[in-house]
Amino acid sequence: MTKSKTQLSVSAIKNGTVIDHIPADSLFDVIQILGLNKLNKMITFGTNMESKKLGKKAIIKLSEVFFDERDLNRIALVAPQAKLNIIKDYKVVEKRVVEIPDEIVNIAKCVNPKCITNNENVQTKFYVVSKEKIALKCHYCEKITDKENLVIL
Amino acid sequence: MKNKSLVSIADYSKKDILRILELAVEFEKDPYQQLLTRNVIATLFFEPSTRTRLSFESAISRLGGKVIGFSDSSSTSVQKGETLKDTIKTVSNYCDLIVMRHPIEGSARYASEIASVPIVNAGDGANQHPTQTLLDMYSIKKTQNTLDNLNIFMVGDLKYGRTVHSLLIAMSHFNTTFNFISPKELKLPAVYKLHLDNLGLKYYEHTDFTEYISEADIVYMTRVQKERFSDLMEYEKVKNVYVLREHMLEKTKKNMKILHPLPRVNEINEDVDENMKAYYFTQALNGVFTRQAILTSILGIR
Repeated sequence: MTKSKTQLSVSAIKNGTVIDHIPADSLFDVIQILGLNKLNKMITFGTNMESKKLGKKAIIKLSEVFFDERDLNRIALVAPQAKLNIIKDYKVVEKRVVEIPDEIVNIAKCVNPKCITNNENVQTKFYVVSKEKIALKCHYCEKITDKENLVIL
Repeated sequence: MKNKSLVSIADYSKKDILRILELAVEFEKDPYQQLLTRNVIATLFFEPSTRTRLSFESAISRLGGKVIGFSDSSSTSVQKGETLKDTIKTVSNYCDLIVMRHPIEGSARYASEIASVPIVNAGDGANQHPTQTLLDMYSIKKTQNTLDNLNIFMVGDLKYGRTVHSLLIAMSHFNTTFNFISPKELKLPAVYKLHLDNLGLKYYEHTDFTEYISEADIVYMTRVQKERFSDLMEYEKVKNVYVLREHMLEKTKKNMKILHPLPRVNEINEDVDENMKAYYFTQALNGVFTRQAILTSILGIR
């Protein structure tokens, strides 16, 4: 029996996490935020896949990796529509969506070049003042960083 | 408020603000109360601001306190590359409170997180200058006998003027009506209008002085700076529009007072200075009493 050539060549995972509906251009930000480059588990990335919702989407399959909710919410800034499937024994046992937290610590860069966080070794910290149209208020300089100016550290 | 740093005017509730203003009245009656004889206060001015530094040092000296510090960072180890963190950690050992001025925005908040003594922000770049706001409010209360239900006109650079932004936030506790007069390029940022909308406060925007100035209780003037304009033609067009002259005061209310954070350049014509409604020099004197109230309150002495 030969495998159909149109079939996706990404294999299913036995236990782990699938992160779907990541905007394709945010894939590397997600990798960075979750520190996936430092994991020694089996990880499959797919990107520039067709998506009705996002145009081009990316997907990450992580074998034997489970996140706690707080860690996962950190990706909400760059992938607000991400969906998570928790897999146990090849079956989806739980589905989750991400939620933007009220405070963003050490993820994003402050847009203000005169901010202390861009001038000394100070961890960035923001309060989320708007979740729909992302707007982050810097804890230090009190300036707003919005979606267009968002840079991931 | 004891031991609590004052970094941003938003750190103080309406109650805190009123307490400071009441205390300041007592210092105005007697600015030489010997309350700080057992205190050393550091004034760290990483950029020069003679007016603010002298006001703080006068406030401290009149209360019998000792001052250590520097008036610009060129003769200090900052020049050798010392971080703000190390300077603050070290100076914390030598004093009971740090008054700090720094060109970098957010530096005062950061300092308050690493210092073992309270920080009073005397200006962090274009961000905050809360003691200025409190002295502005003291001046308003003193001249109007109330803070409630006033009509405040803010004139000039409303986009970058931090004194304007902080005063707006603080006065929004008191059912103020605001009138904003500025060139298009220097309009009040949307975030402040949103703040007023959320509180249901009335405000009006104008591009030049209007006949409505006759309704003003307070006219708060600021400087329109050339370097704020991307288009210098625009600056040339507007630079004389935002100048207050004595003849413009004719129809204004009797209780109306003109405030200005100073330094003034030409936005208030000198012919206004002798008018009873000019209050900006007394406003600077009020800064001493207000700062005495702030310092003694944070040190837990009053």
